[in-house]
Amino acid sequence: MNLHIVKKILNAEVICGSEFLNRDVKMGCGCDLMSHVLAHIEHKDTLLLTGLTTPQVIYTTDVVDIKAICFVRGKRPDEEVIKLAETYNIVLLGTNLPLFESCGKLYKEGLTGISEYESSN
Amino acid sequence: MSQAIKTTKIQELAYASKVEDAMSTNIVVVTPYDSILDVWLKLRDNRISGLPVVHEDYIVGIISVEDFIKCLMLGKTNELVKDHMTSKVETIYGDELLIHILKKFEKFKFGRFPVKDRDTNKLIGILTKGDVIECLLKKLEKDYYEEESQKRNICNFFDDVCSDSTNIQLKYNVIGKEFKKAGEKSSLLKNALLKLGISTEIIRRIVIASIESEMNMIIFTDGGELIVWIDENKIKVNAVDNGPGIPDIEKAMTPGYSTAPDWVREMGFGAGMGLPNIKNCTDEMKIDSVVGRGTNLEFIVNIKNETGRNN
Repeated sequence: MNLHIVKKILNAEVICGSEFLNRDVKMGCGCDLMSHVLAHIEHKDTLLLTGLTTPQVIYTTDVVDIKAICFVRGKRPDEEVIKLAETYNIVLLGTNLPLFESCGKLYKEGLTGISEYESSN
Repeated sequence: MSQAIKTTKIQELAYASKVEDAMSTNIVVVTPYDSILDVWLKLRDNRISGLPVVHEDYIVGIISVEDFIKCLMLGKTNELVKDHMTSKVETIYGDELLIHILKKFEKFKFGRFPVKDRDTNKLIGILTKGDVIECLLKKLEKDYYEEESQKRNICNFFDDVCSDSTNIQLKYNVIGKEFKKAGEKSSLLKNALLKLGISTEIIRRIVIASIESEMNMIIFTDGGELIVWIDENKIKVNAVDNGPGIPDIEKAMTPGYSTAPDWVREMGFGAGMGLPNIKNCTDEMKIDSVVGRGTNLEFIVNIKNETGRNN
């Protein structure tokens, strides 16, 4: 699923990285705990959905090579975080939907989760 | 995944491109008061098959080689463009997505669309199927080069440097309680390792461990150092600080055990997963800690002869 479609499904705004919206994401991860993201995300084509908007989210996603983040429940990062994301070429989206509904909508449209993705590959 | 949202690379590019990225801006036009013969000359000289008819920057019609042939057969080549042009013109806007225009090409079977600016309605370009193909090919080429040049940048440092034993030391100063920058040093380390040609899987493991230890230093200490030793066999990191020390190391190693304050949780850390994470993604780990004196956390990821979790 490319990020254009993610944007449409979540009625999301593009905060930065609009030139990379043709990137494909193969699975989603909804999480506010960055230690969990570090420990369990092994596939770079993952979309991270989170309510956290700190610089640590960007550093974490960079470490595990995640290239797209969608902030949920109307949260938006400050300028500094956006700049950081731009330097790492990470796409930032923002939706007003809560985390559970965002994940649910994407899952319904065919984006899988980590356990399913691993068992199908 | 449902059929409707499966897309090809070309469709992706067509989604990401706008008409103005692809259109020709060097437009040959005629005015309504030019003669049909003028049309012929312009078509012939520019080797094209149709012309937009423009009056004061606004498009008022289109005239094609077929219209010219009709006039030629009827002996009307001296008459004016305005009497023989098609005045109902299908136009498109510069900010429309190429993917939508591809559908229009299919629907109308036209060879070209005049492009208007959405605000001023003035003619700003013309889009042919050839323009679309050229634009998509250029984008494909750009993506391809980006991928290729990324591959080329990664040289293998340790293969290039000849010695009996090569090692590099990198040192990063971590400042305690500087929360805004927490994670930055690990990010710098990641880039340095990439430049040394270390494989991404190894980098991933070492940087996950380093970001967790960087977080620990920032949260619990007044700062310290991340000292990274790299040789051709392994990467060793010492995260060294001057206190306060870990009173019960066994407890600290228990997943979920945390003494972190709430503000750390707000940063997405502090759930008691730090040390267990470090242990899981490294090949060796040891902690020397004296309460009141400091902690030296050492972890190693093997580069060659991996004995790590993946084998």
